[in-house]
Amino acid sequence: MSQFLTNGKVRIGLAVFGAFLLIALIGSWLVSSVLGTDPHRIDYDALGAAPGGEHLLGTTTSGQDVLAQLITGCRGSVAVGLLSGVLAVGVAALVGVTGGFIGGRTDQMLTAVTNIFATLPSFPLMLIVAGYMANVGPVAIALLIGLFEWPVCARYLRAQTLSLRGRDFVQALRMVGESRWRMVLVEIMPHLTGILSSLFLRAVVTGVFTEAGLRFLGIGGGDSVTWGTMIAFAQQQEGVVRGMWWWFAPPGLFIALLGTATALVNFGLDEIGNPVLRHSSRAAVRRATAHMAARRDRTNTVEVAS
Amino acid sequence: MTTAAPTSDATDEPALLAAVDVSKHFTVRDQLGRKATVRAVEHASVALHRGRVVALVGESGSGKTTLARMLAQFHPVSSGEIRLAGHRAPPAGRGYFRQVQLIFQDPFSSLNTLHKVRHILGRVLRVHGHAHTRAEVEEQVLSLLNRVNLTPAEEFIDKRPREMSGGQLQRVAIARALAVRPTVLLGDEPISMLDVSIRLDVLNLLARLCDEEGLALLYITHDIASARYLCDEVQVMYAGQTVEGGPKEAVIQSPKHPYTRLLIDSSPDPDRTGRGLRDQDDAEDLGEPPNLTAPPDGCRFHPRCPFAMDDCRRAFPDRTTFADGQWAHCWLHQHGRSAELDRTTSKELP
Amino acid sequence: MTARPLDTARSASAPSSALRGEPLLDVSRLTVEYVTERGAVLACNEVSFTLRRGEILGLAGESGSGKSSLITALTRLQRLPALTTGGEIRYHTRDGHLLDLVTLDERRLRPLRWTELAIVLQSAMAAFNPVMRLKAQFADVIVEHQPGITGDEVAERTGRLLRMVGIAPERAHSYPHELSGGMRQRALIALALACEPELVVMDEPTTAVDVVMQRQIMAQILRLQRRLGFAVVFVTHDLSLLMEIADRIAIMYAGRIVEIGAPQQLYTDPLHPYTRGLRDAFPPLHAPLTKLAGIPGSPPDLRDPPPGCAFHPRCAQRLPECEQVLPRLHQVLPQHGERQVACLLHDSIDPGGEAS
Repeated sequence: MSQFLTNGKVRIGLAVFGAFLLIALIGSWLVSSVLGTDPHRIDYDALGAAPGGEHLLGTTTSGQDVLAQLITGCRGSVAVGLLSGVLAVGVAALVGVTGGFIGGRTDQMLTAVTNIFATLPSFPLMLIVAGYMANVGPVAIALLIGLFEWPVCARYLRAQTLSLRGRDFVQALRMVGESRWRMVLVEIMPHLTGILSSLFLRAVVTGVFTEAGLRFLGIGGGDSVTWGTMIAFAQQQEGVVRGMWWWFAPPGLFIALLGTATALVNFGLDEIGNPVLRHSSRAAVRRATAHMAARRDRTNTVEVAS
Repeated sequence: MTTAAPTSDATDEPALLAAVDVSKHFTVRDQLGRKATVRAVEHASVALHRGRVVALVGESGSGKTTLARMLAQFHPVSSGEIRLAGHRAPPAGRGYFRQVQLIFQDPFSSLNTLHKVRHILGRVLRVHGHAHTRAEVEEQVLSLLNRVNLTPAEEFIDKRPREMSGGQLQRVAIARALAVRPTVLLGDEPISMLDVSIRLDVLNLLARLCDEEGLALLYITHDIASARYLCDEVQVMYAGQTVEGGPKEAVIQSPKHPYTRLLIDSSPDPDRTGRGLRDQDDAEDLGEPPNLTAPPDGCRFHPRCPFAMDDCRRAFPDRTTFADGQWAHCWLHQHGRSAELDRTTSKELP
Repeated sequence: MTARPLDTARSASAPSSALRGEPLLDVSRLTVEYVTERGAVLACNEVSFTLRRGEILGLAGESGSGKSSLITALTRLQRLPALTTGGEIRYHTRDGHLLDLVTLDERRLRPLRWTELAIVLQSAMAAFNPVMRLKAQFADVIVEHQPGITGDEVAERTGRLLRMVGIAPERAHSYPHELSGGMRQRALIALALACEPELVVMDEPTTAVDVVMQRQIMAQILRLQRRLGFAVVFVTHDLSLLMEIADRIAIMYAGRIVEIGAPQQLYTDPLHPYTRGLRDAFPPLHAPLTKLAGIPGSPPDLRDPPPGCAFHPRCAQRLPECEQVLPRLHQVLPQHGERQVACLLHDSIDPGGEAS
């Protein structure tokens, strides 16, 4: 764990994540108290204004403050991402760990279900379902995303659990009469925290991405604001055509930033899990060079002294 | 045809744990899904008595670990019977494991690296109702650590596996087995992963547990010298068949099966005064153990055996029993050619 | 230039034969460190020894003794974070040049690999490429060092090499996984000998095989070594095996050589308490049984080695000064020949000193 937090990539990734989470949490307060506005308020004096002046990031064609929307959208997007992530990883853990640990027929059945879900063309299906349900809110969208996201995670978890189950310590625990549920929850689960958190981060980001994609294609309704709706409106209301970059670029950038943050965390986790990667890193070479230099100085001093 | 001859019993009381004429055949599939049967153990018997150590010696693939895992009821037997204190053993479960515990080869993987010693041992005590309160757990964990010579125990109780050396971990693993308060310990190569300098201490610990606490121990090893050091009785396995057994000195100093002889001659021995490796100008290719999906008929050692004859290819010989209770399954004895074995070896040994 | 014949003994005029007994490798004060995030760990600490041509040097030690670090440094196969931070490895080539393997650049090192120094690793499965047939892997090595050799010659040579280690030449068409463990290990030995190196470093080549196979492989190595005259550095934790094969044995503990000498000397009269403990750690097979005791305690944590002699916390014969003074590896009593030990109990260099 300490290793986890000293890794530079993990630190940066988590910092970005934390920043977004903070914005999501205090976003509405920021908008109402600091900016003194709300994302839906229309400023008729500044329709489609460029950044600067009263509106730091400009306004939309209908005169809504982009910064306020961006901050509020963060909450919307992150909420959808988190909810879908929790759902995906939760179901995956239930299916994957159970199957991997119990084995036999249960496992075969669960694997079959997982495979069916995994091979479904998820995005088109989501489009159809969401389109059919019409005007679905963010919660429904999050559930829908989670429903199609879990099979990939379940496969990972099943494979990991399977390899853990084969380890001697699980056999040994069986020999001393440990109960199955304690074995899973107390002995095996802790070994999966690394992979669970990495899967969760990825699921969150996939949730954010997918939500944006669905919104962009005009799926979902309600007046919730997310980064996806911002881009979607910018496109629908000719913001893109008119080159109003301040409208669609910031949410796009933020989505990309979130993706990069996850990638960084996962790279970091890889390095921790795989020493070869770690030691071939530039940091290792730098450390080695510095050590050699220091050593040379030391030896010289000793020789002079002696 | 092998008979389920009981192992020579020194005592009248029934063995604490015994395998009687057990066999194990695994069904495996290759990449193409074709089925094959691995004949891992054929008609093996072993009996473990209170305070006595039996060594099961053989190379990898000899079936020694499979036999141990049948005794631990990790694998059900294909035929034959596991007997606990003279009765058919109950199915694997808390009741059975309260009597029989297995010590794994690799202490680095047999302990959960995420928990402290206190939890690892304490859970066992709680599960088996030996300790209920926090204070009871602490007291008993400390006494277990003392029993396996992890002293000062107070220092080890809050350590995690990664803070300990291999020898210390194996002691914790032994303590975990002891926490159940079993009557039988099965040691599956318990020292082979440990550093050379600490192996003996673990062997001495196991010996003490048998002597002082009356545990029955099955010691599985490929190292016949350590078997001689620790055990009372030796059984030698080759390719799933038990080829020889009996009191250790009889088996090791005057083996009655060509394979036992080969094994002993191959073991490094700095005291060797006879033909050493350096003088061996022509290493005869002695072949390798057979593939157990299609083992040779009869005695499975015959393709490598210098004495092989027609009978060897036809059938596995019955047991021949010698003085001191030593026994072997070899056609040489059935044909009155026992002396040949000794003659050949006299050239090689001092 | 044609290959020197493999199946016949080297003629007396062959340089290596004439030089037999001359120094091949001079290792002096070799220091290997692991440079990690949490500081440097000394894996090998000023290790010095000399290896002669045609000699078998056994290197015995437990895990963490630095024996593996030492041989990866010798063969220049080390990877970060391991780093050779001091000392020299002087290699005497056949034509009398002296090369320092520590500083030699990769371009000049390359031609030396296989032809001068080869390595046999513990796991043949890891050393061989699993998706290439044996013959292709042999061809890679042979062609690299003898460009222009014809395909037939390569095939013939491969067959000869395999036969040399008791493998049927037809096996060259097999993939590594199709061979048994013992056969793979022997094939690896054959590959190491493909370009007739002067030095073969063997890292526990028989730990993955059974005792019967181990003995066969060892006998084969010894036979080939006698015939081809290469020097061997043989690394293992199994002192009793080394006793049977080595010309000299070096005992390593906590990154240092603590004793070096002939097997008989080490066996009958070990000077370092650790050597004695290690010798007594192997129960006898035929000699009368006595109660033996292992070495108390655990091998030291190299991240935080004890001061003074690293063995002192486990040593029954320690003197008060062992906790501060680091004993140097030094000659003891001239009649012991090249016997060296690093222990304060044997501090006297002059004959008849209070060494006991």
